[in-house]
Amino acid sequence: MLFEFSNIIIFLVIAVVFVAVTLLVGRFLRPNNPSAGKSAVYECGETPVGGGFSQFNMRFYLVAFVFVIFDVEIAFMYPVTVVFKELMEEGWGILALVEIALFILILMVGFVYAWNQGGLDWVKGISDEKAIDSSGKNLDIT
Amino acid sequence: MESILLGLGLEEATAQILGAILKALIVLLFFVTVGGVLTWVERRLSGFMQSRLGPNRVGPQGFLQWIADGVKLVFKEDLVPDGADRVLFRLAPYFCLIGVFCTLVVLPWGSGIIIADLNVGLFYFISITSLVVIGVLMAGWSSNNKWSLLGGMRAAAQIVSYEIPVGLGLLVPILISGTLSMQGIMASQGWLPWDWMLFKSPFTVLSFFIFFVGSLAEANRIPFDLPEAESELVSGYCTEYTGFRYAVFFLSEWANLFVVGALTTVVYLGGGNLPGMISGLWVVSLLVFFLKTGLVVFLIIWIRWTLPRFRIDQLMKLSWKYLLPAAFLAFFGQALWMLLTWKLPLVQLAMAVLIFLTFLVLLYLFIKRVSVNIKEQKTSVNSPLPAEAGK
Repeated sequence: MLFEFSNIIIFLVIAVVFVAVTLLVGRFLRPNNPSAGKSAVYECGETPVGGGFSQFNMRFYLVAFVFVIFDVEIAFMYPVTVVFKELMEEGWGILALVEIALFILILMVGFVYAWNQGGLDWVKGISDEKAIDSSGKNLDIT
Repeated sequence: MESILLGLGLEEATAQILGAILKALIVLLFFVTVGGVLTWVERRLSGFMQSRLGPNRVGPQGFLQWIADGVKLVFKEDLVPDGADRVLFRLAPYFCLIGVFCTLVVLPWGSGIIIADLNVGLFYFISITSLVVIGVLMAGWSSNNKWSLLGGMRAAAQIVSYEIPVGLGLLVPILISGTLSMQGIMASQGWLPWDWMLFKSPFTVLSFFIFFVGSLAEANRIPFDLPEAESELVSGYCTEYTGFRYAVFFLSEWANLFVVGALTTVVYLGGGNLPGMISGLWVVSLLVFFLKTGLVVFLIIWIRWTLPRFRIDQLMKLSWKYLLPAAFLAFFGQALWMLLTWKLPLVQLAMAVLIFLTFLVLLYLFIKRVSVNIKEQKTSVNSPLPAEAGK
């Protein structure tokens, strides 16, 4: 069984080697004439304005936070789901289901709170209809 | 494979490792081929659906187009833009490729054909695909380009948002099969359509829907292709990539199309299960698997050329406000359904057959409607325009 897991390492190494070797072989085949214009950042043909590492929207953080919480929850849900069938056949099904429901309920409180506070809305304070109507001034869609 | 190597007089440990490497190389060959061929399939199909030709010059029906493209990209100059984070920029394609390629370890190609039947198969599958997010985010961040950054951030937000419904949706098949091993999940279904996971109860249908929509979003396919929205963001996170590095991103994206199709087949559509009397024929099993996977992939491509793109706020809303509660509903519904009927297999069977028949009726109505549409279109194309008719 443990050897089975080493297949993953072998696949990983093979994938890395494949890309690295192809790039290495390509190194001898492809041209290499760098110039200022070529290595300039692409901005639709204009001279780039400012750097590329610009500020980005806070909302991405919020999504990431909610994601982490739910991802951990999923990780906890998998084991209990796997044994649910066995528990059911031994007569513990209802108890198991209630316990899962309790676990999810605790998380759901946070989820409902985030929903209620508008943490799940992408465009804050503007309803969908307004977002379409406004001529782009209030439209803050990233 | 190991037995052949043992026959050559190698030690057992060496034979095992060599065998594993050989298998990995075969799978790599398949991976590259399937990624390439699917780009050709997609371009030809899109041409067909939009009444144009698509690539048809290289080889019969343009079949060798993907090889020509690949060779061309190897010969292209490899550029790193000014001010980019050089290390991350070069590393990003590796992560994308690994995230897709390593899923093939646990993919059952047919009953009994699998590289490694891990006892945590499906869980491993979900976790290793998360590597793609890191690659995409790296590529977007390191390019020193506004389009790339926006595309990378969008892609990360989208993929992580849809990972939750997909993960929760997949709990339903696990409830039924009671195992995470991919062969186990496949074996818990039968070869008859009403033994498939998809038709087992109303909640598995819901879970399939959630899983399928979420997978489309995770694979950045239209209608969820915001990260690469070419009309807004040039090319998203791979704007600054050239040559073979760019090819790696595209290879993993199209191979991912196959992986999504294969996972759908294995978990929901019965995989390569065969009727009892011919269950030993692995070639047939392989063929069945590929046939089903091909159909799912065709469906995904069809969706791409039919639907328009979502807006980002709609996308987030769909994931968090609709799919996530629906996934919980499917999970609890299925658990209750199992508690109620696990002693009544006949009721379960009746329900499955009923859902399958409903599906058949819907399919018939759909085909009928489509054929009527095609007929109408043909007559309207062939008849003269009203203005000309009046002359």
